[in-house]
Amino acid sequence: MGTTIRRSQGGRLARRIGGRTLIYAALSVWAFIALFPIYWTVSTSFKVARDVTGSHIIPWLDFTPKWLGWRSLGLSPETIFQTSTVREEFLLRFFNSVVASGGAALIAVVIGSLAAYGLSRFEYKFGPWRNKDISFFFLSQLILPPVVLALPFLILYKELALLDTKIGLVLIYTLMVLPIVIWIMRDQFNGIPMELEQAAYVDGATTWGAFLRIVLPIALPGMAAAFILAVILCWNEYFFAALLTSTDAKTLPVMVASQTGSQGIDWWTMAALSTAAIAPLVLIGIFLERWIVKGLTAGAIK
Amino acid sequence: MQNEIASRAAADARHRAADAAVAKRAVAGRRLIRAASLGLGLVVLAQVLSATDVLPLGLATWRPTLFAYIVWSVALGISQVLIRGEQGKQALFLLPALLFTIAMVIFPTFFGLGIATTDWNLSSLTGVHFDLFGNIATLAGDAFFWNALLNMGYYVLSVLVQYGIAFGLALLLNADIRGRKFFRVAFLLPFMLSPVAISWMIGKSIMEARYGPAATLARMLGWESPAFYGVGWIARASIMTMDAWNWIPFIIILLLAGLQALPGDVAEAARVDGASPWQAFWKITFPLMLPVSVTAIILRIIFELKLADIVINVTAGGPGGATDTVSSFIYREYRDRSSVGYGTMLAEFYLILIIVFVTALLALASRWMRRVS
Repeated sequence: MGTTIRRSQGGRLARRIGGRTLIYAALSVWAFIALFPIYWTVSTSFKVARDVTGSHIIPWLDFTPKWLGWRSLGLSPETIFQTSTVREEFLLRFFNSVVASGGAALIAVVIGSLAAYGLSRFEYKFGPWRNKDISFFFLSQLILPPVVLALPFLILYKELALLDTKIGLVLIYTLMVLPIVIWIMRDQFNGIPMELEQAAYVDGATTWGAFLRIVLPIALPGMAAAFILAVILCWNEYFFAALLTSTDAKTLPVMVASQTGSQGIDWWTMAALSTAAIAPLVLIGIFLERWIVKGLTAGAIK
Repeated sequence: MQNEIASRAAADARHRAADAAVAKRAVAGRRLIRAASLGLGLVVLAQVLSATDVLPLGLATWRPTLFAYIVWSVALGISQVLIRGEQGKQALFLLPALLFTIAMVIFPTFFGLGIATTDWNLSSLTGVHFDLFGNIATLAGDAFFWNALLNMGYYVLSVLVQYGIAFGLALLLNADIRGRKFFRVAFLLPFMLSPVAISWMIGKSIMEARYGPAATLARMLGWESPAFYGVGWIARASIMTMDAWNWIPFIIILLLAGLQALPGDVAEAARVDGASPWQAFWKITFPLMLPVSVTAIILRIIFELKLADIVINVTAGGPGGATDTVSSFIYREYRDRSSVGYGTMLAEFYLILIIVFVTALLALASRWMRRVS
């Protein structure tokens, strides 16, 4: 009797340990799948031709890291203080990406938060349109594929002299992320109890005063999450940038894409360029993971 | 008594004065918005006349109209406050986003409808003509477009596979594990990368036929001359793999949040009842997760319908259109053949299909959810 119990406990323990091992094995496999392309790109940027053709993978063991790829970008230790046209080009594209994604995210968070607050607190009536319809109008922009807007915008921007300008890019990116920002922020404002403002109204605060002084500070984390998510989406955008920019306002994805298209480009140069292009986002992912998750799950999970 | 009458009269007078002030403000507001609308109308008229060469005003661009619209928007905001007081101030919250979206969407959409009825080709020298029926006829007979549309069906179906993988990973992440923070960050990272970067990192480098590690691995597994983009269905599967790699983190995050919001005592009760983990999952966790699952899948399908970047940069739709998406097809229609009119026609047609499809999907989902719960 006693032995059978002990044996079944032992079996359960063994099964539990087996289960744990399986869980960690599965997690590790997926972590490998998720991380290997990034590792591959970073390591390839330090390779030379013979390491690429020999499919060497582990640095120092398989191959000796060289600065070849980074030198062609003008970003290796010995070229960093020399003038380099490639580096200037890269930095210009990088700067364009920063302005386009940062600017669009900022505008979208400002006007999106205002609209979300209004929709969460007041009763609107524009003709037959009520709050529900207005919210749906904003959210329905999500399904609009870029290709529908791209060609009309091409013609429109040509007429407005906004083609190949950062402002033009900022405007269309704002449009792209606005529905997502409104979705996130409406959820945030719905979660803030209305009693806070009512108390402020009793103390004589105006509508805007209560919003700016009471609600806004509480909603700041949500706004930060929305801002980060908007920056990520804009930073990675390619379709509009490829069609609407050519020389001046070209962003990083367009530069990367145009380099992959050319045949003669070396892997190490491409890898260095890709690494430099994804580095900011990988860092954002590592350090701001919590905020990204907060932004993505707002509104989707009730 | 007299005092009371006097004070009431004074209050009345104050009210009347206040009413008069409100009325005066409302009149001023109405005047302002009328003047602004008139100004906007005049600017637009001048632009149209200038553009059609009736009046040589020398307006090179349509920017004046843009500025007039901005001025008109500001005037609209001020007049709302003047006319409707507190309600107007509340409207100010909504107006910027609303006016911005309307200007950016409504106008290009109608403008696009106009372009779609023409044979506008940027490289053509004969100008722009009305050619709606020609476009429709070309569309109906365009085998490459219908092929791209069929491919979209495959791509949308691949979302279900992504969902399956993501659900499994979300369950693992939700288990009682060490190093969860590391795994969460590692799993999130693919979502941070742009499809363009992925196109090179995976599509053109890891899956390169000669030196790519994926090809080396395939050779070790017995595939003698691996080519990931040679045959139609393999190429499509390769694109789907990259797309899945990019987007599975998104589904994981949604599902994980859903799992964490589940009440813990339900799983506990199932274990006490002696249900195996497998039974507990299908009888309890999965049904409880349905709302989140449906949200995740629908969102994911909406994004999948926009798929283009990876296809444009890795295969350009090849081989023989096997990987083409509607967006990448229209992109090439414009880039390679400069046919703005026909390309826009395709885009508008695709938009209608998407609206019908997504509306049906939402209706179906909500009906099904009601039946289940």
